[in-house]
Amino acid sequence: MTHEPIALRATGITKSFGPVRALRGVELELRSGEVTALMGENGAGKSTLLKILNGDFRPDDGVLSIDGVPTVFGDPADSRAAGLRVIAQEPEIIAAVSVAENIFVGSLGSVAYNRKALLRRTRDELKRWGFDRTIRAESLGSELSPAQRQIVEIMRAVVSKPRIICFDEPTSSLGDDEVTLLFALIRQLQAEGIAVAYVSHRMGEIFKLADRITVLRDGSFVGTQLVAETNHDELVRMMVGRDLSQFFHREPAPLGKTVLELRNVGNDYVDGIDLTVRAGEVVGIAGLVGAGRSELMKTIAGDYPIASGEIVVDDHVWRIRQPADSIRAGIGFAPEERKAEALLLQRSVRDNAALVVLRSLSRWIFVSSRAERALAKTYIDRLRIRTPSAEQLVGNLSGGNQQKVVLARWLATAPKVLLLDEPTRGIDVGAKSEIYAIIDELAHQGVAVIVVSSELPEVLGVSDRIYVMAAGRISGELTRSEASEERILALAMDEDVAA
Amino acid sequence: MNIVTRKDTPVLSAQTDTRPPAPKEMEVERVSTFRRVITAIGVQNISLIFAIVLVVAIIGIQNPLFFTVPNLKVIGTAIAIVGLLAVVQTIVIILGALDISVGSIAGLASVTSAMIFTSTSSAAMGVLGAVAIGVVCGLVNGCIIVFGRVNPVIATLATLAAFKGIAQLISDGRAQGYTGADPFFVFLARGTLLGVPTLILVLVLVAVLAHVVLRYTTIGRNIYAVGGNNIASRLGGININRYIIGVYMVTGAVAAIAGILITARTGSGQPISGSEGLELQAITAAALGGAALKGGKGAIAGTILAVILLGVLTNGMTLLGVNTFWQNVAQGTLLVVAVVIQQLRSGERRIGIPG
Repeated sequence: MTHEPIALRATGITKSFGPVRALRGVELELRSGEVTALMGENGAGKSTLLKILNGDFRPDDGVLSIDGVPTVFGDPADSRAAGLRVIAQEPEIIAAVSVAENIFVGSLGSVAYNRKALLRRTRDELKRWGFDRTIRAESLGSELSPAQRQIVEIMRAVVSKPRIICFDEPTSSLGDDEVTLLFALIRQLQAEGIAVAYVSHRMGEIFKLADRITVLRDGSFVGTQLVAETNHDELVRMMVGRDLSQFFHREPAPLGKTVLELRNVGNDYVDGIDLTVRAGEVVGIAGLVGAGRSELMKTIAGDYPIASGEIVVDDHVWRIRQPADSIRAGIGFAPEERKAEALLLQRSVRDNAALVVLRSLSRWIFVSSRAERALAKTYIDRLRIRTPSAEQLVGNLSGGNQQKVVLARWLATAPKVLLLDEPTRGIDVGAKSEIYAIIDELAHQGVAVIVVSSELPEVLGVSDRIYVMAAGRISGELTRSEASEERILALAMDEDVAA
Repeated sequence: MNIVTRKDTPVLSAQTDTRPPAPKEMEVERVSTFRRVITAIGVQNISLIFAIVLVVAIIGIQNPLFFTVPNLKVIGTAIAIVGLLAVVQTIVIILGALDISVGSIAGLASVTSAMIFTSTSSAAMGVLGAVAIGVVCGLVNGCIIVFGRVNPVIATLATLAAFKGIAQLISDGRAQGYTGADPFFVFLARGTLLGVPTLILVLVLVAVLAHVVLRYTTIGRNIYAVGGNNIASRLGGININRYIIGVYMVTGAVAAIAGILITARTGSGQPISGSEGLELQAITAAALGGAALKGGKGAIAGTILAVILLGVLTNGMTLLGVNTFWQNVAQGTLLVVAVVIQQLRSGERRIGIPG
């Protein structure tokens, strides 16, 4: 197998977004008739690499060659013309038309439109690839389950007869039966001499399918191994192997009584969650993308109501049906999507900081502008928010300062529990360490803090205790001394042991 | 939850802060007094004032009648009704919605105020009844949007037709009642207080009230918050549904007051004439005044200036004998030019449908 011709070779691929280096010097080879797995932690650069292959982004540096010929993709159409298809994880499906039209979208204009012929051809293709029992050619896009949508996306790729196909975590929305069908399809593609790239977090799948494994870490190329010559442990080491010493480590604060307790909490997003946080404790929540971490935060914050179980704050069971209830219980929540879910970008720092406590700054309905300015000034000083004045529009601040404004909003409520979802995402190193210092200080003042983070060193550095989530459940709990990147990753990938 | 009483609870204490001081250049930004005045009034408002002065100068030079007190009163009373609707429309737009049924609510209120007055011979009953109907209309709009999950434009497009139909049904499509002899209605239409026409006073009162609520109260601030980012508002504990329904009810009430003024001016309840098309003029004024249709931005002052500009323009062109058709063209052109300038200043990329 090692002497198959190389269909696609990427060398020295580098890509930056502003100051953030997403990829540097990445190497990838895809061989005809082989399956190459692409692995790495969250943020390792897998998605960026796929987007470059798809023509969404142009690399800043590096060469992409197809069959030995260097090429540049200006847009996705170029990539397709070169015989390359990248299968999206969350496909765009047109709701109002049939599966057949969804599959052949884009090539409909080129042939005289004949619905009968189109349906027949779709049925043939579905049958050929083994999905004829899973999906009907006539079904409307809006009727499809997530698994069926994924199948439509896969069919779109295979009917265009590409020579290279890239799958981005295709099994995350599929059930066991469909996974079996997908694997059969990939084997068939392989037999037809097509080069396959396969991104997945699930070790089990990778050892079943892949011929080679390429590992990325922090945007860099770590290495490529033949599956026959490697094992689970070596791969995890390749994925995490990082110098831990450079990261923040905090002194634990004295712990008080349990402030937040979740008892068997479940809803559409999470299941059977048991969790406690004590006063002065910083609890980290780790897990892969899609493990349900943000959903758990939104559940505690009342954005997603709970269907079962109970949420206890300070020994009192609170019925939390909307965010206003969780605020009353003393919970503050800084969501992951700062701009979309937390900030009023067109309003001032003062206005944003005062949002939740506006009532307490008012006499009857009249807002005391003096109390409001005092509040803004207090937090601009204490959190070192770098802004020309309290009247500056939040949209004009940097990411780190915007995050501090969100923190100010919740600190103003004097919360007992603070939920921070990816508190340092997209902010620079200096502001990150300031955020860590704020978290540390809050813990020392007796606040119970939960930090969700996709960066393992951050979780390890900031947490006194860590819960690991997988597939909407807590798959393990680690104390500070037990926790390591390897153990967290092993628990986060727990589900594939079963798969 | 009161920050004053819980001052000593976990806010960060200054003493334990060992981090280096923030860079100096960030702390003070010196601005000249001139720039501060401009910022306080707002570039938008300054352009509107400039436009009004320009139009007034051009028209005044050509026709000296323009500057006479009677003519200024004519302008004032002409803009009072559309001004009321523009003020509440601004609030709805800041909330991130739109109400195109206001003209129909005004028509319905006009008819009902006259009919109730005729059957009870009480002006107070007529006014209260009409306002109550306006509030109910607003409640209907709000409930359709919130509980029916219908886009505000579609919801009020539907009620625009429905309310108009109801007004025509109960009035049989004709003007109803006669209020021209009632002292209260006459006072509304032609009375003055301290030399200022009542119609203008009503507009000033509503505009000042709206301005104060938007600017200085928790209610107003939450309206801006909901319009600016409804997810953030919800996570911040604001009951969004209550605000949507509340704002639509207030809008219904003010639209009803506009309807009562129509009744007073014409002397009878008008199901359609006098109110039809006002919703579009109200939206025009709000947009011209700087309210962003995607919500979270806008102010009453800008809207009032825009209403004055449109009023002066219409009146001036009438004085100069310009064909009414041209007046419509002028109004449309003005709106396009104003909004294009706004958008170009905001520096948005020219791709797709603008937000």
